[in-house]
Amino acid sequence: MQTITEAEFAQAVDSRSDKPIYSIMKQARVGIAGLGGLGSNIAAALVRSGIGHLTLADFDTVELSNINRQLYTLSHIGQKKAEALRDILREINPFCGISAHTLRVTAENCKALFADCDIIMEAFDVPEQKAMLVNTVLEQMPDQYLISGSGMAGFGNANAITTRMITEKLTLCGDGITDVADGVGLTASRVMICAGHMAARAVEIILQKGVSNNER
Amino acid sequence: MVTVNGEQQDTAGKTVSDLLSEMKLMPERTAVMIGGEILPKTEYERILADGDEVDIIGFVGGG
Repeated sequence: MQTITEAEFAQAVDSRSDKPIYSIMKQARVGIAGLGGLGSNIAAALVRSGIGHLTLADFDTVELSNINRQLYTLSHIGQKKAEALRDILREINPFCGISAHTLRVTAENCKALFADCDIIMEAFDVPEQKAMLVNTVLEQMPDQYLISGSGMAGFGNANAITTRMITEKLTLCGDGITDVADGVGLTASRVMICAGHMAARAVEIILQKGVSNNER
Repeated sequence: MVTVNGEQQDTAGKTVSDLLSEMKLMPERTAVMIGGEILPKTEYERILADGDEVDIIGFVGGG
């Protein structure tokens, strides 16, 4: 692999932008709960934009049934998702600090796990887990931003997937309706759109917060 | 009147649990906010009052 310096990487991230992106993104810390179709694609988007630190958490192992929508390749089958994703992300941006945790996120360990994150991404697959994380973060960590994804199954209208700000701290992405339990499956295109919405909202929060910090 | 997900409803006097049942939502798959604050699951028997602004998020599977 070609050796790239961080200055070169930063310059590439900032290219074609009038304002600095990398130096602001570099200060930000994001936690991702669940490293499936949403979490793995969110992580890829954020490291490409120069995010400073990611805390990754998932108990699961890469399986063939994940390849239809998750960032992993066939060579990762059998590996822990947290470790496989860390390895992929380092090939995209070796300057991002990554804490990879193979564990099940619970109401008990969530706060300690994501304590130093500015933004937490809810990227689980199971609705009870999504609800658990959102309730836990809002109850125990009200000062942190939370971005949750719900409703990206099937192959319907891509424009149905939206970003909604419920409060200043809570953003909900997805169509809110399509449920994989209805047998409609999951396609990479729609899952990546939802992941894109979630990552875009995180970048918006980081750059707006950073811009206001720098200019005021 | 109570505002539920942005719409005015005549649900004052009902509990949050009642409202979730009517909406066919399972409590373990929801997050409920009243006035922008999360309502802990232990308080789902709270009776809704006139002027409450309620946001109910029902999560669906897939990710």
